[in-house]
Amino acid sequence: MSDAVHSPRTIPDRLDNPLRSAVLSWEALLVIVAVAIFVINSFASPYFLNAWSLSDLTFNFTEKALIALAMALLIITGEIDLSVAAIIALASTLMGMAVQAGIDTPGLVAIGILVGLGCGAFNGAMVTGLGLPSIVVTIGTMSLFRGISYIILGDQAYKGYPADFAFFGQGYVWWVVSFELVLFLVAALIYGFLLHRTSFGRRIFAIGNNPVATQFSGVRVGRIKFILFCLTGLMAGIASVLITSRLGSTRPSIAQGYELEVITMVVLGGVSILGGAGSIPGVVLAAFIMGLVTFGLGLLNVPGIVMSIFIGLLLIVVIALPIVWNRFRMQR
Amino acid sequence: MSLFKKLMMTAALSVAMLATAANAEPIKIGLVVKSLGNGFFDAANKGAQEAAKEIGDVEVIYTGPTSATAEGQIEIINSLVAQQVNAIAISANDPDALVPALKKAMDRGITVISWDSGVAQEGRQVHLNPSDTNLIGETIIKLAADHLPEGGDVAILSASSTATNQNAWIEAAKKVLPEKFPKINLVATVYGDDDSVKSTNEAKGLISSHPNLKAIIAPTTVGVVAAAQVVTDQNLIGKINVTGLALPSEFKKFIDNGSSQAVALWNPIDLGYSAVQISHQLATKKVEAKPGTTISIGRVGSITLDDTNSAAMAAPFQFDKSNIEEFSKIY
Repeated sequence: MSDAVHSPRTIPDRLDNPLRSAVLSWEALLVIVAVAIFVINSFASPYFLNAWSLSDLTFNFTEKALIALAMALLIITGEIDLSVAAIIALASTLMGMAVQAGIDTPGLVAIGILVGLGCGAFNGAMVTGLGLPSIVVTIGTMSLFRGISYIILGDQAYKGYPADFAFFGQGYVWWVVSFELVLFLVAALIYGFLLHRTSFGRRIFAIGNNPVATQFSGVRVGRIKFILFCLTGLMAGIASVLITSRLGSTRPSIAQGYELEVITMVVLGGVSILGGAGSIPGVVLAAFIMGLVTFGLGLLNVPGIVMSIFIGLLLIVVIALPIVWNRFRMQR
Repeated sequence: MSLFKKLMMTAALSVAMLATAANAEPIKIGLVVKSLGNGFFDAANKGAQEAAKEIGDVEVIYTGPTSATAEGQIEIINSLVAQQVNAIAISANDPDALVPALKKAMDRGITVISWDSGVAQEGRQVHLNPSDTNLIGETIIKLAADHLPEGGDVAILSASSTATNQNAWIEAAKKVLPEKFPKINLVATVYGDDDSVKSTNEAKGLISSHPNLKAIIAPTTVGVVAAAQVVTDQNLIGKINVTGLALPSEFKKFIDNGSSQAVALWNPIDLGYSAVQISHQLATKKVEAKPGTTISIGRVGSITLDDTNSAAMAAPFQFDKSNIEEFSKIY
């Protein structure tokens, strides 16, 4: 470990003995936290360990977690997208309009996903094309996209989605395994492969650590960032299909506040908010932890405000713990 | 990890079986509100607990999201379903978005009713309205007539001229006037648009153009405060009685200073009480939710379900000198 301390700025991935680093890793800590919460929940409520309860639990986080996968990549490059919840609202509103025009389920799904992709591309173009800071652009589009929904819908709601559209947000692939959960796990594999097993993924880390050096190394930084904004929009579009299907209706206030929960998942998953570090397994674990915590506290009928306090504390503790631990080790 | 999970799953199944075997548990009713930290709903919970105590062997779980969203309420519905509650009584943040989640609850044998703010018909068995148009229309006239034994001129100060609720109430009020209150003479209906300044001007206009005016009826919480303020400012206390629909906390000072004898609004305590009474009877199969059914709700009286399985609880609850102090602390 001592050589790692003296070395200049590095990408600390694979420097250690793989086994040792796996045991000491962030993900290992998250696994311990997840198991601990799982066990505590099982003892705290007799209703927790039930196949249907555990299945219902996944609905609390799968939609947000899908977005978190793409958001993690974006945050690793040092950018952020605060407009994801607003993209959900706009995509859902346009799907609702399409229903009124008599478009069937495949068309609705395509519209939801394409609107998401389009919104993401708009964010990406503003950031990479005009060179504006992503936090400013996406705070703007957060109001813009949701504002359009409010103009279209006002205090009305779109409903009357076709019966087979309900499958995406309410359907089960097998027994208690929901479509949403399967989709999330498949997406997690794809994003994990993309980030950790491809050169595209290595470039994402490189951009986050030093965008200028990466640019001079011949990597098209702007293009990669643009692609990541598109991916984030795409995932928000997919999430919009799921949540619209789950609610069976659209209101402009749909998914209000989701952006912060998505970012909380990403940060809890060990992605550095300053960019340059993070992993998909971490984000997946964080998603499950958030689901376990909120559902477990829900079973005990803990009020929502106490739940947010709990999530806040969890975030601080999980982030502070390794830092304090490292300090303590270095001092010795 | 996977072995551990398998072990846990086995444990889960046995626990689940034990849970169903032990059936002598109390009837559990989830009282789900729009959001926590709202005095109106805390008062409803007070009534719900009162009903639970009265029935006995009923546990009321008072819960709701932190912010008033449909998504937050769905998470709560899911957790109540997992807890195998017997009934869910909800004041909905969205009449449509909650339908799939509540349908799922009903599929698993849970009684679902909505109260205060309703859910679309396919998502609940019964909806309990705080009151209904005719009862409100009659009440607002009665509030004025009670203090005008010899009759006299009254005027209505409403919200906007397009407000659906207020227009329906005023229509109902006009209908009962000739039959039940023949001595009351409605001289004018003006619109303050639920704007303090406009309502104040309209109230002043009413007073100057109708010198014999005995009462101003404002079936809107904004208008009633504005009118009472005008009556207070112009030293007309005792000459003109202001009444209508008002929030006790906002209106207490005008009851105290005498510019108003009494106002009315839905009583959240009775709402919570009735919601629990109805849920309990449906969950224990004492009554069936179908049009025409009459359900008795303890001290509040009884309701009869209409074609959409919804019913109105009672006439708006009256606040006067005797109880404004207590209710002004609640909402």
